Amino acid sequence: MSNSSTSLSQPLSALPSLSRRSLLKTSGYLSLQFALMMPAKESLSATPSAVPHLPGDLQTNRSLSAWIRVNADQTITLLVGKVELGQGILTAVSQVCAEELDVDLSRIRLISGDTRLVPNEGVTAGSFSMPYCATAVQYASAEVRQILLGLAAEKLGVLVSTLSVKDGVVSTPTGASTRYWDLVLGSALEREATGQVAPKDPSLYRYVGQPMPRIDFPPKMMGQSIFVQELRLPGMLHARVVRPPSYRSRLLSVNLSRAQAMPGVVKVVRKGSFLGVIAKRLSQADAAALVLEKSAKWSQDTQMPTHEGIFEWLLKAPTHSVKQIKSQTRASAEAFTQELEATYQRPFHMHGSIGTSCAVATFSAEGEMVIQTHSQSVFETGLSIAKMLGLAPEMVRCQHTQGSGCYGHNMADDAAADAALLAKEVIGSPVRMQYTRAQEHQWEPYGSAMVVKTHARLSESGEILDWDLALWSNPHQVRPNGDPGNLLSARFLEKPFDLVIPENGGPPNYAADRNAIALYEFKGHKVTTNFITEMPVRASSTRGLGAYANVFSIESFMDEVASKIELDPVEHRLRYLKDTRARDVLMKVNEMLGSKPSVKRPNTGRGVAFARYKNIATYCAVGLEVEVNPQTGYIRVLQAYIAGDAGQLVNPDGVKNQLEGGLIQSLSWTLKEEVKFDETRILSEDWASYPILKFSEVPPVHIELINRPGMPFLGAGEAAQGPTSAALANAVFDATGVRLRRIPFTPERVLENLGKAKGKDKGKAQVGAEVQSGAVG
Amino acid sequence: MLTFKLNGQAVQSKAALSETLLNVLIEDFQVHGSKFGCGRQQCGSCTVLVDGNPLRACAAPLSSVAGRSVQTLEGLTQGGKPSRLQQAFIDEQAAQCGYCTSGMILTAQALLDRSPHPSEQEVRQALDANLCRCGAHNRIVKAVLRAAKKVGA
Repeated sequence: MSNSSTSLSQPLSALPSLSRRSLLKTSGYLSLQFALMMPAKESLSATPSAVPHLPGDLQTNRSLSAWIRVNADQTITLLVGKVELGQGILTAVSQVCAEELDVDLSRIRLISGDTRLVPNEGVTAGSFSMPYCATAVQYASAEVRQILLGLAAEKLGVLVSTLSVKDGVVSTPTGASTRYWDLVLGSALEREATGQVAPKDPSLYRYVGQPMPRIDFPPKMMGQSIFVQELRLPGMLHARVVRPPSYRSRLLSVNLSRAQAMPGVVKVVRKGSFLGVIAKRLSQADAAALVLEKSAKWSQDTQMPTHEGIFEWLLKAPTHSVKQIKSQTRASAEAFTQELEATYQRPFHMHGSIGTSCAVATFSAEGEMVIQTHSQSVFETGLSIAKMLGLAPEMVRCQHTQGSGCYGHNMADDAAADAALLAKEVIGSPVRMQYTRAQEHQWEPYGSAMVVKTHARLSESGEILDWDLALWSNPHQVRPNGDPGNLLSARFLEKPFDLVIPENGGPPNYAADRNAIALYEFKGHKVTTNFITEMPVRASSTRGLGAYANVFSIESFMDEVASKIELDPVEHRLRYLKDTRARDVLMKVNEMLGSKPSVKRPNTGRGVAFARYKNIATYCAVGLEVEVNPQTGYIRVLQAYIAGDAGQLVNPDGVKNQLEGGLIQSLSWTLKEEVKFDETRILSEDWASYPILKFSEVPPVHIELINRPGMPFLGAGEAAQGPTSAALANAVFDATGVRLRRIPFTPERVLENLGKAKGKDKGKAQVGAEVQSGAVG
Repeated sequence: MLTFKLNGQAVQSKAALSETLLNVLIEDFQVHGSKFGCGRQQCGSCTVLVDGNPLRACAAPLSSVAGRSVQTLEGLTQGGKPSRLQQAFIDEQAAQCGYCTSGMILTAQALLDRSPHPSEQEVRQALDANLCRCGAHNRIVKAVLRAAKKVGA
């Protein structure tokens, strides 16, 4: 495997002073001027319906030069609004651009997530980056290539159809040639994409579909500065914030003067109940923050439902909306002869980024706020911060700078807001703010706790006649969508901004009810969403949103039904699965698992589960082999298998990395993780009180991908979360006969359920909390 | 004034002896490899090698390295090129976000220095107290084994 040849074009030290003008100057950018201009104005001034729908994010950012620039220095600048979160998107879009333009990958220069420079592609989330960003890059690149060929044909006096391109050199059959960089003229002209130039035939692909080394790995592995946490600007100051004990606390009193008098302290900031300190050195900021924290007196919450009580709270919560998102009544009058029901529970889960969130903000004398941030939503977060600070939106510029892997809406945006709040107090000085581990753990927005109830009616022959699923959940999308109330510190200011009442996401992506509609074709099929907007605990988007719990429930319950009617779980699923791509991954993973041993080793078992993420993204089937220790209750995952279909593969190694990482993270959630809290505060404050999966607990993971040449790119980053949890529950059931329905499957819970299963004959309660299912044993 | 060796060079620090080694490395010596993760010696992303042994720099006072030799991720590179272990991490694409990578590589380097041909289980054991949240564990193990294979080969 060769070293990466593409480069990130953002030297961190140059970022704050990087204006559009200086960028243009230094990159020698020549925008495209086209000999044959399309009548763009004409088409735009026509009726709205005449505006063509463009592929991916070209639809919302329609100018070709917003995405691609051909530079005089023989490079291509690719500008994207999506950002690198550790998922490898920048490598994948570089591959697509180089492929369609027919240039060497090493010529691509990337600019990503700078609100002043790149197309606004909204949030980098929801597994949208491949279908929306990569597709836009694909079509924009193909069209730019076509335009360049047109210019070349004119210059060389030949027909376009006779030309060939190799690494930007356009040649005629007789050997005459010109180059992309010689074809573009000086003055800036923009041109709207038509979306009409077909991308390359997949059989001609050189980069797309090939495993490509990540462009950001060499600097990361050699200790070269690339993360925002590593950013060191001249004259930079260090800041810490002081958080209250609980969510709804108010600051009653605090002694600011003592901290202010400490060595190196530049400024102590109090704004209502928001407290921060800015100092010359990090250790000085730490010391002053500690003094501030000790002197602060706060009011405290007393009414939180606790992590044990949260499921009952969700079921009884007063403020909620009920919506039936699927109500397919069975036409046949066939009588059911058996029915089954079960209740599944998922606690609050953390993103748990290894690096705590960080940002650097500089407020200039001219009133511009420039923020280096690892936010997923640079545009919306910038707007939220502008409103919080009372600045004009155009005076806040966010520049995405990589952070630790985030897996959703973690504290990146809050860090950006806090850095900006503090930077405004020290005009001209860059302020670096990074959270402590306890602050990150206790204040990040968690993946919502959920309750899912399933109910099935079966015919005499064991066919599922009616399938009902109802779920209860807090919101999963509480991002700073241009609203200050969704920034943590804004709620504590003198004039606090209120949290906007979050809405649930609708079809086709959904949010709390993501993947709640099973892909299986049942005769009767109902799905009900109970959406509870009152949030006792801060919650927002966490990898997979509701899909994790919904797929856990659906795929566990499918197994419960299969067990009830004594049918092989894979065969059972295939009876209801019509989508051939879904069937393919399920059969593939079954094949990977191999035939069942005729004599099962005691306490070992295997389980499978399947979902197509969001029912529109990557298809993913997971198979797990486990061993359960009946003495300790410890579940050991022995082997893991994934079969995936992400459409046309761009970087197969990147997809494998994402699917494997998703599986391992989901195993961690499902085996170990639960945010704990009492009536007043979050108790999970570090890695000891919130343990995650370790090297010795990670199983070997085997992955096979089914490539679909020419089919749309599908996002894969969240596809493994749901199936993994259910495959684990199903494998544990296969091993022990015990059905686990409450996440996480800690050794204590496993032992408790093993004990209950043994004592069942003596009339003890059924395994799993609050479950009346007859599926077990 | 405290003297120690940083990546082979003798350096001096005027910082308070009680400051954490991590802060001093980051603020005064522009070290980028070692990263703050928890400040509680729980995650390993701040790991440095002191006289060849892994140390959690987030909780170690500067005074603890007086007269000793400190190595960070950048110190492993040779003439601007990745070391064998760093190259193995690149070859195996052994990361996702890469934030924990520095701690992984340095902890693994200490293992390889004392045990050039470890078993897979020994690698997992050596890295067990280093946390990765992206799920790159298996690739990291493969990278260490790949580098080990090349030792003396």
